[in-house]
This record gives sequence, structure tokens and C-alpha cells, in this order.
Amino acid sequence: MSDLHNPFIVPGEDAGAVEHHILDAAPPTPNAKFQWSTLIGPLVTFVLFLLFWQYMHESGMRTFFDKPGFMLPSPVTVVDQAFLTAKARGKLINGLGWTALVASIGLAITIVLGMTLAMIMARAKWAEHAVYPYLVALQATPVLAIVPVIAAVFPDGIGPRLFVCVMISIFPVASNTLFGLLSADSGQHDLFTLSGASRFTRLRKLQLPAAMPAIFTGFRISAGLSVIGAVVGEQFFRSGGMPGIGIVIEEYRQKIRFPQIYGGLVLVAALGIAVFLFFGWLTKVVVGHWHESTR
Amino acid sequence: MHDSTQPETPAPTMVTRMNDSVSRPALSFNGVSMVYPDGTHALGETTFDVHPGEFVTVVGPSGCGKSTLLKIASGLNAPTTGSVTVDRTKVGYVFQDATLLQWRNVQHNVELLAELAGVSKTERAQRATDAINMVGLGGFERKYPKQLSGGMKMRASLARTLVLDPSMFLFDEPFGAVDEITRERLNDEVISLFERQRFAALFITHSISEAVFLSTKVMVMSARPGRIVASIDIPFEYPRVPDLRFEPEFARISGEISHALRGAHA
Repeated sequence: MSDLHNPFIVPGEDAGAVEHHILDAAPPTPNAKFQWSTLIGPLVTFVLFLLFWQYMHESGMRTFFDKPGFMLPSPVTVVDQAFLTAKARGKLINGLGWTALVASIGLAITIVLGMTLAMIMARAKWAEHAVYPYLVALQATPVLAIVPVIAAVFPDGIGPRLFVCVMISIFPVASNTLFGLLSADSGQHDLFTLSGASRFTRLRKLQLPAAMPAIFTGFRISAGLSVIGAVVGEQFFRSGGMPGIGIVIEEYRQKIRFPQIYGGLVLVAALGIAVFLFFGWLTKVVVGHWHESTR
Repeated sequence: MHDSTQPETPAPTMVTRMNDSVSRPALSFNGVSMVYPDGTHALGETTFDVHPGEFVTVVGPSGCGKSTLLKIASGLNAPTTGSVTVDRTKVGYVFQDATLLQWRNVQHNVELLAELAGVSKTERAQRATDAINMVGLGGFERKYPKQLSGGMKMRASLARTLVLDPSMFLFDEPFGAVDEITRERLNDEVISLFERQRFAALFITHSISEAVFLSTKVMVMSARPGRIVASIDIPFEYPRVPDLRFEPEFARISGEISHALRGAHA
């Protein structure tokens, strides 16, 4: 987090040459400085979580919920039966692959569609009024409520799942992009106005670059949601092959195979974290060198 | 500067420009007034000229319509009445904030206006380099705005305006946000640019000493609706040195402007 604030505190307003030396002599950005707390923090939480899990397995389930402990198998059992057993592992990994595929395609559609909508909304206030309320409505609509509609409209296959995925993940991209496009300050707009810049030039050279930090925040949130959307979509639309991880988990639930169920959950969570980290890294690469507060 | 293959090097052009058009005003306000749609009467009827080689500063209480005056001069706002004569292609506008694009380094920020005007890549790079050196930012070409101090950002903003070699500068309280020491250094910078290029300038400020130090003429504006209530010629010769600020005559003129301002405020 040490790169949040720029380390170059330029001393005074002196003649160029003098300051240049001071700047050159300044140490490189403490970007590279490794903070142990960033590693130890999550590790401590993880160990505590495992201990709590083990405790719940041994006696907590019975004490608090009056349920048998096998419904929450010990972490060791989960690792053993879900990941160290070749058959279960193969099934789960294969399922994760299908889910990741649907989530990726869904996210791609979300990004293209969400950004397009945002650019339309950014063009005129009336366009924003015409579109935005329906995005909010879409965001608030439970998937369950429109399952019959989706089933009626789409043929079997990947279509319905993609629809659910996009429906769940589009809002953050659209709203963040819109916010970003409107974030260039009025002085910068005046600058482009005085230069007689066309609408397209203004969009390309002012609004889109200015929007990048917000857009990437939207990407990161939507990416996580697209994984959720893909899994939710699998719950409702199982036909058409492609047994995603949600379907695999459901199969194991019917067979009452708890270790494999939790193994599947761990994998989905890992996919979510991976996607989140990837977009965090991408944000840093794209806007980190100029944006004030890139994390 | 650099080798003289570039026709746009500012140094040689200024002399000819000065001789060409001494008689015709670079900017002319004719009975201009401004009432905003919400009914705010920002600017009362205003008439004045700025000739090439003149550095005219407008001082006034905050909210008196100084910025409105400049927005009208640049064409950003259309006046409610009256007319403005100015060659818009020759106008350079220096904003209140540096308004640098945060995602561009100094070099590319300075190139921006030339880029928007369709100047070729090599040509605008050369012009930007010249402008950056002229404002004393040499060596900072690759720095991003977040790495610059407030004063350096203003220098970059100045350089950006210089790239199109304007003959009419509009300054909208450009140094209002920087500290006194930095402001004086930036004033020295503006003065030396003016001494070299003798453009026409309309400068907005609420600092009397800045106004007296820079200008050939200071106009005092009344509170809203802004009207020009006094126009005071500043007799000091150029080049002006920083110590001019401590001359008794400097203090006397500052006092005169201060009185006019107080009268305008009442």
C-alpha cells in the first residue's frame, strides 16, 4: 500500500536543473518494498479459520446445530477426498473449467455491452435517464423470477447461462464507466472545447483515459460477479452438456458426498480470488503509473 | 534553443509580429455584458482593447465576473450583449488550475494542443521540447502530473499554451492556488516570456502586487455586476526585475489600485 502516495515530494519550486538532481537522487518508488503484514495477515486468518472448521467438525455441529459432524467434514478429509482422489479431482477441475469458460465469455459480453451502454448514457442526459433506471431494475431482479422467460427464449446450451451471467455482472461495469466518463474536470473539457475537438476526439483523448481507473474498478467487481453468475446460471440451466462446477457440486449433494461439495466450494472461491487478483494487477499495469490512488 | 530548421521557433517570429500589427487590437470588447440564464448579472457593459505588446491585468473582488470576462474573450461563453473581436486561432488560454491530463507525462501534455490542432508528430515533439525548456522544466519530460509540485504543474500548463505560439494570451488567475514564493517565481517566468515575445495578454488576478509587477495596464473591476471602474497605466520599463516590488513607486501604484478596489467594493 506504500505506493498510494507518491514518494516524490518535490522540494520547492526551484530552477529545473537543481530539482532534477534531487529527483534523480531520490530512491526508486518503494513499490518493491515487501511488507510482511500482507502475507502474515491472511495467513493468520486462514489458520484460525481451519482451526474453527476442525472444531465445528468435531463437536461444534452437534453442540450448536444438533447435526452430525460428517456434514462438515474435517479440512484434511476434504483435501484428501476432493483433491487427492483422482476421480473427484478430475470431475471438479473439469467443472471449474466449464464455469470459468462461461464466466469469461459472460464477462467479455458484459464489458462490451456495459461500456457501450455507458458511452451512450454519457453522451446525453436524456439517454442516461432512458437507460439507467432499467439497469438498476435489472440489478434488482432476482434470477429466479425470470428463469421461465429465459428458458422459453433461449435454446439449450450455453445461452441461458451467459444471459444470467451478464444480467448479474453488468451493472458495475456500466455504472463505473459512466461515472468515469463524466469525471473529467470542466477545465479539461474547456481545453478541448477551445481546441475545437470533435466529440469522438474528446471521448478518445479525454473521457476514456480519465475514466480508466473507474472502468477497471468496474471490471474487477464485475469479474467476481461473473463467476457467481456462471455458477447461479448452472443451477437453473443444467441441460446442454458442459457440467460446470455448480452442476458437479449439485450431483455430489444428491449423493451426500460432503467432502467433494466443500472441495468444489474451495475451487470456486479460488477462481473468484484469482480473477480479482488478476484484475487488480491489470489495473496497476494500465493506470498505476499515473493514477493517484491505485491499489 | 535548438538549431533553426524549425520555422516555428518563437524567438524570431515575435519581432515581425510586433511590427505587423501594432495598430490593430489583438482583443477588443465592445459594450459586452453578460447575464447568465439563471439571472445572475455577471458582467456589466464593458468596453476595452488589448493591443499587441500590452499586458492588461484585471483585478477585482472575488465573484465580480473576472472569469466571465475571460471566458467571453476566449469564446467559451457568448456575451448577452455587445461584441468581441479576437483572432481565436491565435489565442492561448492558461487555466486557473493546471488542467494537465493526469495520464500523460509532461512531454505529451505539452504536445496536446498541437496534437489536437493536427501538427505532425515530429514537429510537435520539437515544439514541446522548446516550450518545456523555455519554462525551465527541462529534464522533467517523462514525469507524470502526480509527480510534480503545484508550481511545476503551472509551468507545464504554460508550456502547453506556448506550443501553439499564440499572440494573445488569456490568463485566468493562473497562480491563485500556489504559495507566494512560487507565485513570484512564476511571475518572473511570465514576465521574461512577455519580454521575449511581446504578445498581448489579458491576465486575471486578485493579487495587486502581481498585477502591478506584470502589467502595462491594470483595470479595476467593481463587485457584481462587474464593470471596469478604473484603468491605471503602469509606467515601469521592461525588463522588470524582482526587486521592483520594493520600489516606493511600486507601493504608491499598488496603493492607488487598492483605493480604487475599495471604492469599487463599497
